[in-house]
Amino acid sequence: MRSESIKSPLLQLQKVRKIFPGVLALDDVDFSARRGEIHAIMGENGAGKSTLIKVLTGAYPRDGGRMMLDGAEIAPRSPQEAQRLGISTVYQEVNLIPSLSVAENIFLGRQPTRWGRIDWRQIRRRAQAALERLDLSIDVGRQLSSYSIAIQQMVAIARAIDISARLLILDEPTSSLDANEVQRLFAVMRKLRDEGMAIIFVSHFLDQIYAITDRITVLRNGRLIGEYPTSQLSRQDLIARMMGRELADLDVQLQQEESGQRDSHQSISMRDIIGRGIIPSPGTRGEGHGGGFLSTPNQSSAPSPALPRSTGGGSEMPSPILRARSLGRSGSIQPFDLEIGAGEVIGLAGLLGSGRSEMARLLFGIDVADSGDIEIGGRKRVFRQPRQAIALGLAFCPEDRKTSGIIPELSIRENIVLALQARGGLFKSLSRARQDEIASGYIKALGIATPSAEQSIGNLSGGNQQKAILARWLAADPRLLILDEPTRGIDVGAKAEIQKLVLSLCRQGTAIVFISSELEEVVRVSDRVLVLRDRALVGQLRGAAISEQAIMQTIAQERPAEVAR
Amino acid sequence: MSSQAVLESASTAPKRGADFGRLHLWGKLLWPALALAILLAIDGICIRGFFSVSIVQGRLTGTLVDIFRYGAPVMVLSVGMTFVLATGGVDLSVGAIMALAGAIAAKAAMPTSLNGMGISPGSGIAIALLVSVLAGMWNGMSVAWLGMQPIVATLVLMVAGRGIARLCIGAANVPLSGTIWTALHNPHLTLPMAPIIVLIVAVVAGLLTRVTSIGLFVEALGGNPVASRYAGVRVGLITFMVYVFCGLCAGIAGIISSADVMIANASSTGMYMELDAILAVVIGGTALTGGRFSLVGSLIGALLIQTLQTTLIYKVPIQQTLVIKAVVVLAVCLLQSAEFRRKSLAVCARLGLSRTRKAAAQVAS
Ligand SMILES: Nc1ncnc2c1ncn2[C@@H]1O[C@H](COP(=O)(O)OP(=O)(O)OP(=O)(O)O)[C@@H](O)[C@H]1O
Ligand SMILES: [Mg+2]
Repeated sequence: MRSESIKSPLLQLQKVRKIFPGVLALDDVDFSARRGEIHAIMGENGAGKSTLIKVLTGAYPRDGGRMMLDGAEIAPRSPQEAQRLGISTVYQEVNLIPSLSVAENIFLGRQPTRWGRIDWRQIRRRAQAALERLDLSIDVGRQLSSYSIAIQQMVAIARAIDISARLLILDEPTSSLDANEVQRLFAVMRKLRDEGMAIIFVSHFLDQIYAITDRITVLRNGRLIGEYPTSQLSRQDLIARMMGRELADLDVQLQQEESGQRDSHQSISMRDIIGRGIIPSPGTRGEGHGGGFLSTPNQSSAPSPALPRSTGGGSEMPSPILRARSLGRSGSIQPFDLEIGAGEVIGLAGLLGSGRSEMARLLFGIDVADSGDIEIGGRKRVFRQPRQAIALGLAFCPEDRKTSGIIPELSIRENIVLALQARGGLFKSLSRARQDEIASGYIKALGIATPSAEQSIGNLSGGNQQKAILARWLAADPRLLILDEPTRGIDVGAKAEIQKLVLSLCRQGTAIVFISSELEEVVRVSDRVLVLRDRALVGQLRGAAISEQAIMQTIAQERPAEVAR
Repeated sequence: MSSQAVLESASTAPKRGADFGRLHLWGKLLWPALALAILLAIDGICIRGFFSVSIVQGRLTGTLVDIFRYGAPVMVLSVGMTFVLATGGVDLSVGAIMALAGAIAAKAAMPTSLNGMGISPGSGIAIALLVSVLAGMWNGMSVAWLGMQPIVATLVLMVAGRGIARLCIGAANVPLSGTIWTALHNPHLTLPMAPIIVLIVAVVAGLLTRVTSIGLFVEALGGNPVASRYAGVRVGLITFMVYVFCGLCAGIAGIISSADVMIANASSTGMYMELDAILAVVIGGTALTGGRFSLVGSLIGALLIQTLQTTLIYKVPIQQTLVIKAVVVLAVCLLQSAEFRRKSLAVCARLGLSRTRKAAAQVAS
């Protein structure tokens, strides 16, 4: 009887259907999850993974189909109801309450009480315990928003696994975690699985999928493609099924993906990208005659004439376009020196909380430096507002798209042109035709899956939102582009495409600061890697010296030195 | 990436997605417009001659004209308030600024012997509008640069404004005179003056949002202030401007409503008007939390409120008007809530379903 029930699926969905205006998000999808198994849902950005999860947990009403949990039909009308049925979920966009404390967030809606009053001491203790399962020891009394997005993600996971559930759903829980956190999460997931829990896991990291899952369901354009045991599906086959085609260059991408060889980027032809209209050819860009949709006559001259624009590639010694001297802010990042040349790609590597984002925020004027200065075009600058940095040709694509990237109600078009319009001032406005042109150009170039440029950006899938925010900054045609986790939540194919885009931009003289928790990605795109630890710059690697191992060593190396200090 | 595949999927998606944004906006206007239409229909049935408009002594007269005329202050206020609410703020001081504007205009035109400034009524009105702008700047500064909560920041003037107005004219009220006031009150035109002013204000505001990018920035700021700042939007300046414009609108409304009675009254002019203005904007589909706004919606909302006000006095004893007003406003707001519509539909569907189930069970047995 027991072995029987272990084999039979815990969860069964039949012909589940979900329609949004203009989008058939789920087209009669069947799905099942068994006890004691970790089940991956795979698909490109906008394939319908999150929608399936939201329908299953009652966050969205469904338009058809049946759902069975443990043989009984269920129809949760809200995530709370799903939770009562034993389904615990971490949604893709962390939906905790930023102004409450960590502990309150973990117990929100299920506070333990004593004599009818909330038992704060118990909440704090149990919250600490829940986080300790993930090896995380932070002050649970502090406000959630004071922690990085990665910690917030860990808190959401801790909350989900603390709820005793039969089915645990994790929608891209690892998108901003680094390797150590992922390992800890996996250890907990394995333990829960062995205890008989069914786990649904969504991620765009193939390595993680192959490391932890037992079975894979592939979706494409809202349709079920198939269900496969992980051990019997090769990476090639998986990607081919997700993308619905088997192209030769897919193999090339895949090799890069697996080998992570640095010289591979040398072989990417720029014609690839220009040919697809992502970037107009170098001749037309910034030269004053708006040939491509990326530049208009007045915009490309608008930002700073002070910034020299090199036409040379990253291989020559680039001329510095930004120089920071002992720039720092107490409590945020210790003073550092930095020189960025035109066309250079600088990777920032370090563990969570090492100060990568803080460095970027200082350069971009989000935080005001309390020591040192920035020099651009031979003049010292003080940035108190991002717009001052933007006026000088800087751009910053932030890590947390939900709180600091998207403006959910506005359309994709408005979100894309926002930075460009803001730089033009209050009274200048791009014509509607021009806005449409820019928006549809980027929608096509980055492959943003949407029925129309007028769709609210909040209705896009997570990965597609990320692409649209990237488009906002590409449209601003910056001289220095700071990318903080630009490929967060972006699917395998698009990720390679964005990395190529970064490299082609820098060939045209745009300098790039590239922040990523994926070392492999940092290694692949960077000319120079700055290594940070404990909110300080601790090392630099150049050219051939750049490797994942070298970075890890630099991070680890100076630990004892610091202890000695 | 598989831009090919994605494009394919996009092109196979139904075409009706194409004009989604615009449809959505009209969809938002649908409910207030429908409510207004229903209200007008009820009035048409209940009140004889409600729709009849005639020209008496060269002037357009009729209940509808009255609605436009007496609704003008709320309509002008709602235009300014729309922008404030769209940034996620609120301006409670508009009623007081109305009283202040009337008082300043009266004071300026009073002879010096009566402690006035003895200038022409026209310049008096100009000074009054200037003072309204200053009041708006005060509000804007408190919110945008001193970081005060909008409710608290504007509460200051809401309370103090009337006091200042009272001090200004040194009495509860003073009569207004002068050709400009009579022209505002009863011009030698077929149309009353007030609706014409509303039209001008609305067109100017509409043009500002269409021709410049201010509309986009206001919506961006209301939608996500952090992201807007990171994108280079001048968040402080926009916030400031919005309150200044709202102050100016309040001043204009104050002049209109003083001209209406030819009296500058420090205590009754604009009393509770801030609430009507906020209601009008919310009925018009702009959320209190900020973001997307609709000027047309706000004007419809203001008309709805005024229609209710004007027609209730025909039929309903004065003690009940406020209750009825509340009920109508509640109904419109509920209609507007997609959540409410969905839930009530679901309830209806479930009722229907259980009935069919019962029937099916009976058939089966
Ligand atoms: N609330 C909504 N309104 C309209 N369309 C929506 C809404 N939510 C999702 N969609 C659309 O449904 C499709 C599926 O979206 P979904 O979020 O499920 O994708 P996903 O597979 O999770 O992608 P990602 O990997 O980017 O997270 C997308 O085309 C998206 O634009
Ligand atoms: Mg998703």
